[in-house]
Amino acid sequence: MTATASAPAGAAGTPGAAAPRARSIRAEGVTKRYGTAVVVDDVSIDLPAGGVVSIIGPNGAGKSTFLSMVARLLPSDGGRVVVDGDDVARTAGDVMARRLGILRQDNHLAVRLTVRDLVTFGRYPHTKGRTTAEDRAHVDAALEYLELTDLQHRFLDELSGGQRQRAFVAMVLAQDTDYVLLDEPLNNLDLKHARAMMALARRAADDLGKTVVTVLHDVNFASCWSDVVVAMRDGRVVAHGSPQEVITTEVLTEVYEVDVTIHEVDGRRVALYYT
Amino acid sequence: MAAATVAARAGERAAPSGPRRALLWAGGLALLAAGAVVSLLVGAGDVSPGALLAGDPHAWELVRLSRLPRTVALLLAGAATAVAGVVMQMLVRNRFVEPSTIGTTESASLGLLAVTIWAPALSMTGKIAVGSLAAVLGTLLFLGVLRAVPIRSVVTVPLVGIMLGGVVGALAAYLAYRYDLMQTLSAWLTGDFSGVMEGRYELLWLVGAMTLVVYLVADRFTVVGMGRDVATALGLGYRGVMALGLAVVAVSSSVVVVTVGALPFLGLVVPNVVSMLVGDNLRRSLPWVAVLGAALVLVCDVVGRLVIRPYEIPIGVVMGVVGAAVFLWLLLRKAPDVG
Repeated sequence: MTATASAPAGAAGTPGAAAPRARSIRAEGVTKRYGTAVVVDDVSIDLPAGGVVSIIGPNGAGKSTFLSMVARLLPSDGGRVVVDGDDVARTAGDVMARRLGILRQDNHLAVRLTVRDLVTFGRYPHTKGRTTAEDRAHVDAALEYLELTDLQHRFLDELSGGQRQRAFVAMVLAQDTDYVLLDEPLNNLDLKHARAMMALARRAADDLGKTVVTVLHDVNFASCWSDVVVAMRDGRVVAHGSPQEVITTEVLTEVYEVDVTIHEVDGRRVALYYT
Repeated sequence: MAAATVAARAGERAAPSGPRRALLWAGGLALLAAGAVVSLLVGAGDVSPGALLAGDPHAWELVRLSRLPRTVALLLAGAATAVAGVVMQMLVRNRFVEPSTIGTTESASLGLLAVTIWAPALSMTGKIAVGSLAAVLGTLLFLGVLRAVPIRSVVTVPLVGIMLGGVVGALAAYLAYRYDLMQTLSAWLTGDFSGVMEGRYELLWLVGAMTLVVYLVADRFTVVGMGRDVATALGLGYRGVMALGLAVVAVSSSVVVVTVGALPFLGLVVPNVVSMLVGDNLRRSLPWVAVLGAALVLVCDVVGRLVIRPYEIPIGVVMGVVGAAVFLWLLLRKAPDVG
């Protein structure tokens, strides 16, 4: 399944109209301010369900803030986010929790849990604490996917940063939601595990029909593994489309303010900006 | 070979499971049972197992009126105070808070003092209600101050609490001094089970029941302990759990204060030790917190009864010494190496 480059945001229809339940994440004029600083500036975008979407952009572009508002962890100061037809801020928390899961950037926990405990809590929206055999199967599968089966009884504070990162991803995976939001999932991961993480996102989208939205710093991972790339800068969406459309010298140079050259290697677009 | 070593290491550092957990449980319960039996037999009056077996009516009377209520009160108050501590730690997401380090205990005693001064005719339930309300307000004040403090290191949080507790405590001391209630206040702030008798401790059953409620919704408290974002992401009603937690902590603090007096550091020491042993998944750790809390209080009380026989040292003093030592150790202990 390959998602087509989505329509421009303006075509999403009039806000508030009783449209049929489109399977999508739709942002309508979403804004976040801290004092006078506008971190996310009137973002409107429509991300149809399915496929892997990557949000790229420099530090402070508002990527994580935007993702947090989609995940209703942060209230927006204007506009709204609609997931499958429901305003995330107005829908019951447990309903949203079965539809949308998020991996946050900062995963420090004050509580001491084992890997398996943590991943099992991913099932909370479904179980409310009473785990069934089905839940345990989900947990086992998530642990297996992230190669954590051998570490499942270890405490999180005894793991390396990368192992911990994978444990939190496993938790989101166990939540088994249609939409999986990953804020910088490659943090702390080495080459092998970073690649495995993107392959996992791909597999979740292709085999399980999930919609994976990631915030990535590595434009080449975004280029090679995504169906849709969204480039942000200064709180605004600068470009939005397929990797072919967004991973270009013009867009990346404008977004990151460095000279970028694009090379086509084995049919994939790779950005070079190291020298 | 290498794989086997890794597996062995993993097993050694993993959370206790299976036979080892059963063994730990058996040990904990045995300790508790032994403590309870000793507590029934030790004290100023003579109660020997022989006399009890022989059916000595005087010995049985003593057990029924004094020793049994005292032992039950120790178990209930110990378990409840330790559980209130762990609940508070989950709500604040800090290991070093408990009702007596954040002003909850002081607020409860201030409320109770106010009732004693201005509404002495109020029933016991009414007094407890006012004390609990004051405890809630004091805790909310703490949470509010915490939100306003810009730098929140692990240690500032309990420091803010201790200062706040000092202020509220000073206010209570002033009132008590003016109305000649220093003795009453001191009895509330220093745990002492020597006055526990039939008819004077039964409110503690309420606190025991609340501890059970906490266990029934243990998962919610664990999720709240993982932070607001995680709670939201998992669809948990954060505010509801906060409110329930505050209510449990406030009511149990004020009931313990009224019936037996505050048990300092208990809610701090026990949850931290349990966290090191079995982690913080409350579904698993809460029974441990309750059992160890009860056991520690039992042991400290029995020690207090034995040290200067036939007189007694109040348990608050013993606990203060033991608790402060363990607390210091916890603070100074090298932080676990996180790679």
